[in-house]
Amino acid sequence: MTPIELQTTSHLLDQQVLAEFIRHAGEIEHPREMIIDVLRAIQLHHGWVPDEGVELTASILGLTPVEVEEIATFYDKIFRRPVGRFVIHLCDSVCCWTRGADEIAAHLQKTLNIEFGQTTADGLFTLLPSCCLGCCGIAPAVMIKQQFYGPLTPEKVDELIATLRQEGSA
Amino acid sequence: MSQTTQLLFKNRVPGKTVFFKDFCANGGYQGLKTAIQTMSPLEIRDLVKAAALRGRGGAGFPTGVKWGFFPADKPGIKYLVCNCDEMEPGTYKDGVLLGADPHQLVEGMILSAFALQTQVGYIFIRYAYEKQAENLRRAIAEATQAGYLGKNILGSGFDFELHVHGSAGRYILGEETALLNGLEGIRPNPRSKPPFPAVRGLFGQPTTVNNVETIANIPHIVTGGAQWFKDLALTPDGSGTKLFGLSGHLNRTECFELPVGISLREVVETYGQGMWKNKQFKACLPGGASTPYLTREHLDVALDFASLEKVGSRFGTAGVTAFDDDTCMVAVTLNLIRFFARESCGWCTPCRDGLTMVRWLLEMLESGQGTPEHLEMLKDQLKNISGKSFCALAEGAMGPVAGLLTHFEQEIVDHIKGGRCPFCK
Repeated sequence: MTPIELQTTSHLLDQQVLAEFIRHAGEIEHPREMIIDVLRAIQLHHGWVPDEGVELTASILGLTPVEVEEIATFYDKIFRRPVGRFVIHLCDSVCCWTRGADEIAAHLQKTLNIEFGQTTADGLFTLLPSCCLGCCGIAPAVMIKQQFYGPLTPEKVDELIATLRQEGSA
Repeated sequence: MSQTTQLLFKNRVPGKTVFFKDFCANGGYQGLKTAIQTMSPLEIRDLVKAAALRGRGGAGFPTGVKWGFFPADKPGIKYLVCNCDEMEPGTYKDGVLLGADPHQLVEGMILSAFALQTQVGYIFIRYAYEKQAENLRRAIAEATQAGYLGKNILGSGFDFELHVHGSAGRYILGEETALLNGLEGIRPNPRSKPPFPAVRGLFGQPTTVNNVETIANIPHIVTGGAQWFKDLALTPDGSGTKLFGLSGHLNRTECFELPVGISLREVVETYGQGMWKNKQFKACLPGGASTPYLTREHLDVALDFASLEKVGSRFGTAGVTAFDDDTCMVAVTLNLIRFFARESCGWCTPCRDGLTMVRWLLEMLESGQGTPEHLEMLKDQLKNISGKSFCALAEGAMGPVAGLLTHFEQEIVDHIKGGRCPFCK
């Protein structure tokens, strides 16, 4: 296994977290089960998972980068490309659809002036469609940083975006 | 409104999470104590079989029978895995349960692990349920502190460690063998069965995978007994209570613990408080996105495994999504198929290409460009996909398509004849 150079990874992972991952991987029988944990931690720290993040995960767990890459690219909540500070996951499944998710989708695209899959020019927002978030009782809903907002109306979307903009500029 | 005995929601206070102290104050961990101190693992497995508990994750397989296949007495490491991937549209009950009362699952996991003699447990939880995962981590720490987890539990000599394992999206992880691959950190395509997980599961060892609600029921069965549990259901062949997650065009879209066998009418009218915006009930998905539609003629059907199979649908997860009479059922089915086609793992052709084909056919039909040939092709796909795919994803995806063709073929014909969706204003 390639030794992990701590200096070059600080932009990817908090060094304490990294040390903890290395310790834990050395202790358990199947370190590979930690792939998602490591990728999620890198994403939390760095915003998304760049190639060096895949390589770092591989070296922590004693895997090849390809073995990590085939996992990273399978899951839709792991980003292999840069995203905005706030990733808005809008549910497009059936329960949200019955309660007006199409209208919310149109309103979000118009308000943010982007289409699904795009990021606003100021780097604040990325808009993504998502399958059911488990918010069927508060439809239509979005997930942002693993927090849920619903039931949404265009007015509530405006309030939410304004709050997030304020948070983003603070 | 009939009063239902509350087992899983007995401590539930909306907006709050119950932890160790309050859980124990209302009988928590009594089932575990009773089981470990007075019963053998085999006696517990037999009790669960006698209680006729059926899996609450959608497939409805009898839990006691599944446990009967498990080599509990085989030496070596064995695993108990809880499936909390809950990603089927219309299904949110496990999320509500773990938001309210995480010890229900933790006690159930320890008790089930004792019954199956597994030393290690995992709760595999979807990305969106981070709050629930935090609740579980705290509950596990509290149970460990109390001596209910770890080495020599309650002086029995039984050891059990329990872990929470996160995920990063994708519906296929709810398929039990894909989940095992995901847990191991390999690409989560489903595995070929046999060997079944009971023989070769997680890390190649005997493994049982059960749903959150299934596991959470076990301590209540131990405390109340098999006959009592069966009698909670309103139908003679039913058993227990069920968490019903209501959604869609209902006035009240909440999750309720209700008796198995309650009528669809009571769910819609009493608990859902009728249809949204004073419209009429047209149809529903009775148990999640993969269950064939019920219609107005089914309002008095008992919501239970056997009675729903009799009318060509499935009890599934009891996530009831209702649609009003202004809803286009072709559009509903298209929405559902878009979900399934996008979430296909791509491993087998009937699912990867077949669902894409079905999506295209429904898009043609819904947009008014469909022809009678498209309708025939849709029927043909039903024959080519159902029963032909590697796992249950595509099979489930075709459930609503089958329901559409059985109950709403005329709506498809109206789209073709009119050259447009008759419901689009």
